[in-house]
Amino acid sequence: MDYLLQVNHLHKHYRDIKAVDDISFGIRAGTCFGLLGPNGAGKTTTIEMIEGIIPPTSGEILFKGKPRDNSFAQQIGIQFQSTALQDFLTVREVLALFDQLYNKTIASEQLIALCELGEFIDREANKLSGGQKQRLLLALALINDPAVVFLDEPTTGLDPQSRRKFWELVTTIKAQGKTVVLTTHYMDEAELLCDELIIIDHGKIIDQGSPQQLLDKHLPHKRVCIDQPANSDQTGGFDQTRLSGKIENNNGHLDIITTSVETTLHELLAQNTDLSSLRVRNPTLEDLFIKLTGHQLRD
Amino acid sequence: MKQFFAVFKARNIEYYRDKGSLSWAFMFPLLVIIGCAVTFSNPDESVFKVGLYGNADSFKNIELLQQSYTKSISFEDLPKALERLQYHQLDLLISSTGDKQYWINTESSSSKAAEQLLLANSHDFTKQETSGRKIRYVDWVIPGVLGMNLMFGALFGVGYVIVRYRNNGVLKRLQATPISALQFLSAQLASRLLIVVLVNSLIFVGCHYFLNLVVLGSYINLLLITVLGGLSMIAIGLLVASRTANEELAGGLLNIATWPMLFLSEVWFSLDDSPQWLQSLADLMPLTHIVKATRAVMIDGATLAEVSHHLLWMLALTAACMAMAAYLFRWTKSS
Repeated sequence: MDYLLQVNHLHKHYRDIKAVDDISFGIRAGTCFGLLGPNGAGKTTTIEMIEGIIPPTSGEILFKGKPRDNSFAQQIGIQFQSTALQDFLTVREVLALFDQLYNKTIASEQLIALCELGEFIDREANKLSGGQKQRLLLALALINDPAVVFLDEPTTGLDPQSRRKFWELVTTIKAQGKTVVLTTHYMDEAELLCDELIIIDHGKIIDQGSPQQLLDKHLPHKRVCIDQPANSDQTGGFDQTRLSGKIENNNGHLDIITTSVETTLHELLAQNTDLSSLRVRNPTLEDLFIKLTGHQLRD
Repeated sequence: MKQFFAVFKARNIEYYRDKGSLSWAFMFPLLVIIGCAVTFSNPDESVFKVGLYGNADSFKNIELLQQSYTKSISFEDLPKALERLQYHQLDLLISSTGDKQYWINTESSSSKAAEQLLLANSHDFTKQETSGRKIRYVDWVIPGVLGMNLMFGALFGVGYVIVRYRNNGVLKRLQATPISALQFLSAQLASRLLIVVLVNSLIFVGCHYFLNLVVLGSYINLLLITVLGGLSMIAIGLLVASRTANEELAGGLLNIATWPMLFLSEVWFSLDDSPQWLQSLADLMPLTHIVKATRAVMIDGATLAEVSHHLLWMLALTAACMAMAAYLFRWTKSS
């Protein structure tokens, strides 16, 4: 398979710390590739080695099948996890500055419309809110119409509305055929945006695949949650022994762990069970992470 | 080149909108000018200063020199003594070596008065004349003050900003673009040079207007000295700021660079009577060359050729510091 970006046996060591420990993966063109893991896992270090910000200790990074050269910077866009912009420059002036740093750029009006910068275009960049600043930084990452866009934890610290607005922008970028490389510790973000992802912990890849592939592989079971009346003889109750799935009791809330939600529903309906409290919970990437690593995504 | 001009333009916009720094850049020199004008408004001294060139015993019979209102200063270098007389730092110069001679400054009334007192009792001296406008201490010190202002504006103006930008990630964002370290540093140097030359020129014009300074040489040469001096100072600032993200450390390093220059570069006083090793050390400092070249042009009317060694030294220092700064430059704290 031809990969747009390929990473082979990447290492990054800082004295006694192995921040990245033998990572290899490939990113196909036009996809959104995610690096999912907790803080300190090595996601940012990995992505910054690919971007050329920090040098690897060892390993190989290929772009379009060849080692990166001086033209690489012209073809990528980067939004860092935390960055500041020049004091006293307005949003318009920042766009004008970065417009001059590349050989080929998108028209400012197009970027302003795409990232909805119009309402604060003449405000100084250091006076923007968190969500506004992230949209400006995304615009800067897109200014050179890059083939690959790197987004390092782009929605950390944003309110829910700003996060959703940002996700819409990323979806639009994907629709334009760009390749997006995203690091995140938000499983909802990874599930929504990523076509493929790697799970990183302590500098190593734990597993790789699409979100659904990973869930199907490691967590094929679903949870059918229902409240059991105190007395199973009460109307609407049911006989647990007649259910095929495994039952877990959480203080009166029952979780029926099953590989087939339809089968469980048929079994409950056959007993005339009151289904008003029924909920179906699919496993999440957080559940997957706990299963694979033994600790939570946000320890 | 367009990357260079883009960063150059952006930096200029940032600077003039930074009202705090901009105000201080003009307020501090203004306070210095006012301080100098007040400090140097003392009345003339009434004591005659007589320079003596020759064996000390040969002057014993000169009655003028025995008076309490006369101060005698011995010289081993006749041209230097004449220079002092021209600058009104001596009222009379007497030589007992070979033909007995004395010199007066025809533009100095004190000199003529001292002459009369000499001739009242001594008649075997041949008269020689020289002339020169009085060089006040303020005429002597202003080149140093201008150089000092250039130094502070260049070093601290560029050093702190780069360290702060490295600290808060602005440089990291630029690292992700195609701009090179040399292009970025060159744009910073050009932007700061424009500002310090403009500010220093305005201060010079202000000082000249209020203090009626002695300017015997070319204004173009003074501008050239300011440009090259500014370049060398900014290059040092860029070198100091090339790697650290610690603002306190940067401040410390900049102070280590500036304070020795402040005291050893002949800003406030001459090092003529200092040990040779100290003078050699001072000659390594760019501020020494800025001050000496400026003073030579203003007070002595020196030509470009006569100060060229100072200019070449500043140019060489600029090239060396810029090369090292570009080589050592780090965009981030950890790169």
